[in-house]
Amino acid sequence: MATKKKNDVVEKLAELIRETSSSLPDDVECAIKAALRKEDKGSSAAVVLKTILDNVKLARSASTPLCQDTGTLTFFIDSKLRAKLKPADIKKAVALATKNGWLRKNTIDSVTGRSYDDNCADSAPVVHYIEREPGEDGMVTLIMKGGGSENMSRQYSLPDSELGAGRDLEGVRKCILDAVCKAQGYGCAPGVLGVCIGGDRATGYETAKLQLLRSLDDKNPDKKLAALERNVLSDANSLGIGPMGLGGKTTLLGVKIAARTRVPASFFVTIAYMCWALRRRSLTLKVS
Amino acid sequence: MTKLQYPFDEKAVRALKAGEAVSISGRIYTGRDKLHKFFADGGKLPVDFKDGALYHCGPVVVKTNDGYKVMAAGPTTSVRENPYEPDFIAKTGVRIIIGKGGMDSNTLAAMEKHGCVYVQAVGGAAALSAASVEKVAGVSLLDEFGAAEAVWHFDVKDFRGVVAMDAGGNSLFASVAEASREKLAKLIA
Repeated sequence: MATKKKNDVVEKLAELIRETSSSLPDDVECAIKAALRKEDKGSSAAVVLKTILDNVKLARSASTPLCQDTGTLTFFIDSKLRAKLKPADIKKAVALATKNGWLRKNTIDSVTGRSYDDNCADSAPVVHYIEREPGEDGMVTLIMKGGGSENMSRQYSLPDSELGAGRDLEGVRKCILDAVCKAQGYGCAPGVLGVCIGGDRATGYETAKLQLLRSLDDKNPDKKLAALERNVLSDANSLGIGPMGLGGKTTLLGVKIAARTRVPASFFVTIAYMCWALRRRSLTLKVS
Repeated sequence: MTKLQYPFDEKAVRALKAGEAVSISGRIYTGRDKLHKFFADGGKLPVDFKDGALYHCGPVVVKTNDGYKVMAAGPTTSVRENPYEPDFIAKTGVRIIIGKGGMDSNTLAAMEKHGCVYVQAVGGAAALSAASVEKVAGVSLLDEFGAAEAVWHFDVKDFRGVVAMDAGGNSLFASVAEASREKLAKLIA
């Protein structure tokens, strides 16, 4: 009985991986459709966005990866599920998904250069246990982030004299826009930004990445941050970088900002740049 | 949408303008980091690129009973080939380079001199690119380079992209980047 139950969890997790890899979330697809309506007919931007939407449809119907870079797999797991979801089960699910062609052989030993062909190693996949709402159910969330976009993520330390950015929200705004301009189309624009103001370097990146889990149409409960999100999105889209950096009105699909406390000496602004293929999915499991 | 059919005619390629959407059909060859290094070190190319297309791509290909099947074949970042591409263009007579992110001014100059364009494929659109491959006609240097770096011979139909660097010295990337930097300066002034 115990073995059967365990396999059940592995299969559920493998299915989560399949769906995450092949099916773009609705909110992201809607945002791309809305962006296409705003671009001029026949422009490079319109052609690129239409191609992206065709690709999204095809990958979903064929259950093949949306993008050949299936990225770093990061699981955020409700800490209530710690006893139920063992790291070994998660690895089994990842190995199964790789075997089924839902993941590329994408895990390289940084010292020897050898490939872990089942995508499982001491540090892969990445698993975080996090505190969530109390209750009988626990949530497992997976995000897959490719290398092209990860290479465009950036961390600033304020003040930054080159940007004329001080330790206030105006300084934060300047950093974010600079990061968008530096990324051009290399991170596979139109992108989504997860941003963390404050924290230390490590929690800054973690919190920034966590913002990518928020729905694109949600509203930040902090009024100041909500206003900053709106302003940065509008300013970034006025840069004209456009889909894949070929020009156009859509450079970003969304901006999600959170803040952490900091020590008096540090003021970091961390930007997690995510490509249009924002692959994230959740699964709910009973705790017992 | 301008249709292009292999072998690619120099005059037709020179007539393409940056920003133009294209649909490519016929033979294209993949080649990325290892092929460029190999060629620069004096290696003999396994296929003739004259009037052909080079695709910066490391595909996911599986072996089947009657050959190979392409599962995912999106573009890889082209800038890594900047040191080699001008010479590659000059010596091979390749007419179309397909990739993502664009290439540098030396490559742009070589394109103008020899009649070649850079076509941006859509990054991430791997399922669609794979679907446009009608047949894997062959593969070269598979044992030497491995599957992701080998030269795959793809027969494609309606492979879509946008001309991002033309043979007239225009680069969409360069003009977009410059304009965006000017705009940024105003936004953070």
